[in-house]
Amino acid sequence: MKSLFRSAALLLIVGVIVYGTAFMKPAPLPEQVPVKLPDGFSSVTVANHIGRARHIAINTNGDIFVKLSRLNGGKGIVRLRDTNGDGMADDSLKFGNYTGTGIAIKNGYLYASSDESVFRYKLDAAGNVLQPDNPETIVTGLVNTRQHASKSITLDNAGNLYVNIGAPSNVCQEKDRTKGSPGMNPCPILEKAGGIWQFKADQLNQSYETGVRYATGLRNVVGLDWNNEVNDLYVAQHGRDMLFQNFPELFDQKSGAENPAEELFRIKKGADCGWPYCYYDNDKQKKLLNPEYGGDRVKEDQCSGKDKSIVQFPGHMAPNAILFYTGNQFPARYKNGVFIAFHGSWNRAPEPQAGYFVVFVPMKKGVPSGQWEVFADGFAGENINRAKYRPCGLAQGADGSLYVSDDNDGTLWKISYGK
Amino acid sequence: MNTIRKNKWLYLAAIAPILLLAFVTPDQGGKNAESIARGKKVYQEVCLACHQADAGGVPRMTPPLIKTPYVLGNKEALIRIVLKGLKGGEVEVDGERYENPMPPQSDLTDQQVADVLTFVRNSFGNKASAVGVNEVKQVRNKLTN
Repeated sequence: MKSLFRSAALLLIVGVIVYGTAFMKPAPLPEQVPVKLPDGFSSVTVANHIGRARHIAINTNGDIFVKLSRLNGGKGIVRLRDTNGDGMADDSLKFGNYTGTGIAIKNGYLYASSDESVFRYKLDAAGNVLQPDNPETIVTGLVNTRQHASKSITLDNAGNLYVNIGAPSNVCQEKDRTKGSPGMNPCPILEKAGGIWQFKADQLNQSYETGVRYATGLRNVVGLDWNNEVNDLYVAQHGRDMLFQNFPELFDQKSGAENPAEELFRIKKGADCGWPYCYYDNDKQKKLLNPEYGGDRVKEDQCSGKDKSIVQFPGHMAPNAILFYTGNQFPARYKNGVFIAFHGSWNRAPEPQAGYFVVFVPMKKGVPSGQWEVFADGFAGENINRAKYRPCGLAQGADGSLYVSDDNDGTLWKISYGK
Repeated sequence: MNTIRKNKWLYLAAIAPILLLAFVTPDQGGKNAESIARGKKVYQEVCLACHQADAGGVPRMTPPLIKTPYVLGNKEALIRIVLKGLKGGEVEVDGERYENPMPPQSDLTDQQVADVLTFVRNSFGNKASAVGVNEVKQVRNKLTN
């Protein structure tokens, strides 16, 4: 009996060793972090622990450029490359001595932003960064007082660069975020922030004097993308905070968590989306006057004349990236629709936090053709109030895969269909 | 004359331990527990929205209140933060900088500030001395003068 046990144990040990060696690969694979996806989709974790991975951009050769909001080894941009074709990033190059959020590739240049400036790097035919330590400064001197400081970027096909300049404020009160402090009217912040600025993609050292305030009344946009199908800019706004805390007579705890809407806008030049005077009330389903400006959840006042959003989401979920899907890998219904990475909330407490997921909105000719739906979920992990991963960036690979970055633990996923 | 002087010393000797108890060990006993209980309510109404129910804060936005030098260290500095607020980006804990500004909470009474700070310094794994009403009063006077 004893010897039987002994041989069984021996067999087990030998088995484990044989199995282990048979499946061992030379390079350590990234730790696989599963996410929930619709039927037919699967994901692989391409990289872990690369730092505070904000926005991402993918070159035609498959190189993934990641902008970091905290220096990693003294550098703020990571280039990940798959040199052996197994789909995993096995080579990384770090450069850029500044932190930030925005990154994009256009016409042979890599654009990247700090919280005050936009730089660009020439890429050669093989996709290598020619002068990683000597970028051109395209835009400089933008407002950065830390709150809502991310400068997200996108480019159109007519040589223009679009930069979000978030308002360093909740709702332009005389005393920011202070209960009882009135809203300033007109709001002086809007002169240099709270909107999208347009610059020339190839001119050096531009700032407010040479830029165009393309859209105003946007509190903080972290996700923006140029839609090449309809040639328009789309932006996702982070709505204001503290409705329940500062106006308990108008909002109970639950409605303060659900309001205001996070909004997706289709932007034309000269748009005014209403901040700080207006907010979108998810319960009333319209744009109403903010209580700091005399609003009572009924008054519309000037807000009826502001530009309207095309999709509204529950409050505080923080849309940090948007991406129009133009690939052919995913089923046809995804084509030209928009993916939105929600970073997740904080201003819903003591209600459970929400929104650590990637959403899809089906679109036809740039107009929503159905309800928004959760596409990728499970990033938060077991405790929704202490999210393990927070979606922040989106990019489309040359083969039509969708990439998602996480800025909490520096994780990068590749999502594919039918593989 | 002699007897009066003697009595005075006796009297002083008798009250000294009481005075000592009152000033040196205000952390012990029921008085502190009451302050913590009142402070918990203030925390839930005023602080929780940003600092969260577990006081763990929000990455990059709102600093945690767990075992940080800001919370456990100099009481005057801590009281100042509550009364004056912060601009945002001023607090760094473990290499992480926190961007959300903190509005001044000067509408709270001295008692409420003392209670909520005593609660925070003795909750979420923290263990530190209580904050007294007089300490808050002194800081408020300094700030207004």
